Amino acid sequence: MSNDTQDLAELEKPILELEAQLRALDMDPAKVKEREKLARKLEKLRSEVFANITDWQRTQLARHPKRPYTLDYLERICERFEEIHGDRHFGDDAAIVAGLGWIDGNPLMVIGQEKGRDTKQKILRNFGMPKPEGYRKALRLMKLAEKFKRPVLCLIDTMGAYPGIEAEERGQAEAIARNLLEMAKLRVPIVAVVIGEGGSGGALALGVADRVLMLEYAVYSVISPEGCASILWKDASMAPKAAEALKLTAPNLKALGVIDGIVPEPLGGAHANWDLAAQNLKDAVVNAFSELADLSAEELLESRYQKFAAMGSVG
Amino acid sequence: MSWFIKKRQQKIAVEAKTVRVPEGLWVKCEACRELIYRAELANTHNVCPKCGYHFRIGVDERLENLMDDGYETLFSELQSADPLNFVASKAYKDQLKRLKDEGQDQDAVVIVEGTLSGHPVVMGVMNFDFLAASMGSVVGEKLKLGAERALAKKCAYIIVSCSGGARMQEGTLSLMQMAKVSAALAKLDMAGLPYFSILTDPTTGGVSASYAMLGDLNIAEPKALIGFAGPRVIEQTIKQSLPEGFQRSEFLQAHGMVDRVVPRDKLKDWVAACLAWMLPVREA
Ligand SMILES: [Zn+2]
Repeated sequence: MSNDTQDLAELEKPILELEAQLRALDMDPAKVKEREKLARKLEKLRSEVFANITDWQRTQLARHPKRPYTLDYLERICERFEEIHGDRHFGDDAAIVAGLGWIDGNPLMVIGQEKGRDTKQKILRNFGMPKPEGYRKALRLMKLAEKFKRPVLCLIDTMGAYPGIEAEERGQAEAIARNLLEMAKLRVPIVAVVIGEGGSGGALALGVADRVLMLEYAVYSVISPEGCASILWKDASMAPKAAEALKLTAPNLKALGVIDGIVPEPLGGAHANWDLAAQNLKDAVVNAFSELADLSAEELLESRYQKFAAMGSVG
Repeated sequence: MSWFIKKRQQKIAVEAKTVRVPEGLWVKCEACRELIYRAELANTHNVCPKCGYHFRIGVDERLENLMDDGYETLFSELQSADPLNFVASKAYKDQLKRLKDEGQDQDAVVIVEGTLSGHPVVMGVMNFDFLAASMGSVVGEKLKLGAERALAKKCAYIIVSCSGGARMQEGTLSLMQMAKVSAALAKLDMAGLPYFSILTDPTTGGVSASYAMLGDLNIAEPKALIGFAGPRVIEQTIKQSLPEGFQRSEFLQAHGMVDRVVPRDKLKDWVAACLAWMLPVREA
């Protein structure tokens, strides 16, 4: 972990220093010129730094502790959101937040993984690692959306499905698998956006969608770089190398045909400007749903099938 | 909760009344034991202004709380035929007659048709004052007819439940009402129409194990007792005392059975918003 934060600090250090200088100049009317100059310099520095960002640094950005989470986005993109709890079988998993939402007056079902901001919230939300009841809640509400012909928006942000005894007892694998099957059959438009971390099967369980988007600095992978490094390199410190090898970034996954589009983030990353990040997300989501609006259920299902059926590469 | 354990219906009905707001200028809250000025309760939909305790309310007050003015009552002519000629310590017939004499002439559920914040709905409200809102043939029939009415009108159906369970005076026919109403709800579901279950204190037994749990949305008032088996029965069976909050609305939400606990003063707005989410935009 110290390794991670170090890499992130290195990336952001010069930017944070300039920001501090700029703040010091703030409020001083005599220094308008100087301030403008510094602001331009900051902008340029941000562009340079982020133009050369490594995949490992992107992974750190995707996990940035100040990055907006699902609830931060919902607050900004939905004019009303009414949370619905529970899977009608066992429990209510706070690692997945779901409910009835409205975007610009249009009703939709919103489902997202929520990591939790402060310590209390992180514990309540199990650090965004869902249990089977979370996936089953998501599925139940997708079915509710289908009944009332409302589209479904999934926001993906998890390091993975919860690896724990009770999750296995209650069928974590079955719950994820069931969602893959049922999402392939759901007769309403589905848009999924990886807003932070797309951690393996726990992410994909909300990700069988007509349009799969990623935020610019989000990552989506079959395993974490650390996990991959310790298994295939037998050395967790090889994580930066594993991050490159896994091709887990948005541009890479777009090129591989795994995702359909990239949602731009504010310069410096989504955490630099939550409102702008949310506006970009909202624009992308509205655009994706409007592209899908005219398709019949049959057309949706067929094109969703073709999309996932075409994934993979064989020689 | 002692009412719940006693098997005899008349005992249930009498004891149940104690959690309704008692007569008098001042009322003692069941939960926080504070004295509340009666007039104040009228402004809070009978919710304790000090601690939020939800007193049980009757059918008329519930309808006033949820429906727009001008609703119409349906199927009020249906009466129990006492199919088993049931006699225990009292004859069921005599119980029914006594209730009728007291002005309870609609059995344990009232069905109305009208609008909720402008949305057309059919609504059933169960009446705890009528044999602990136990479910017999009349309750089942009226709820079935209500579902069919919503189906014909292509509108939403809402049932506000409270019940001690199935009406044993009508034997297995009571049990079958669970299947009958559920089958009618299946038709609504297949037609893509919304069904909301609003669970109030207490919703137990056969009602909880049928239509009360089957809503597209299951909504509960705070701290309502909701469960299949009664707490005392469970305690006696497992020989352990039950934890605080067991079988209350919040417990059911945490265990995935209730979608949202909504306080009484927010209930109408919340239901209206969800209806607006579900129903197709009507052409002006
Ligand atoms: Zn009180």
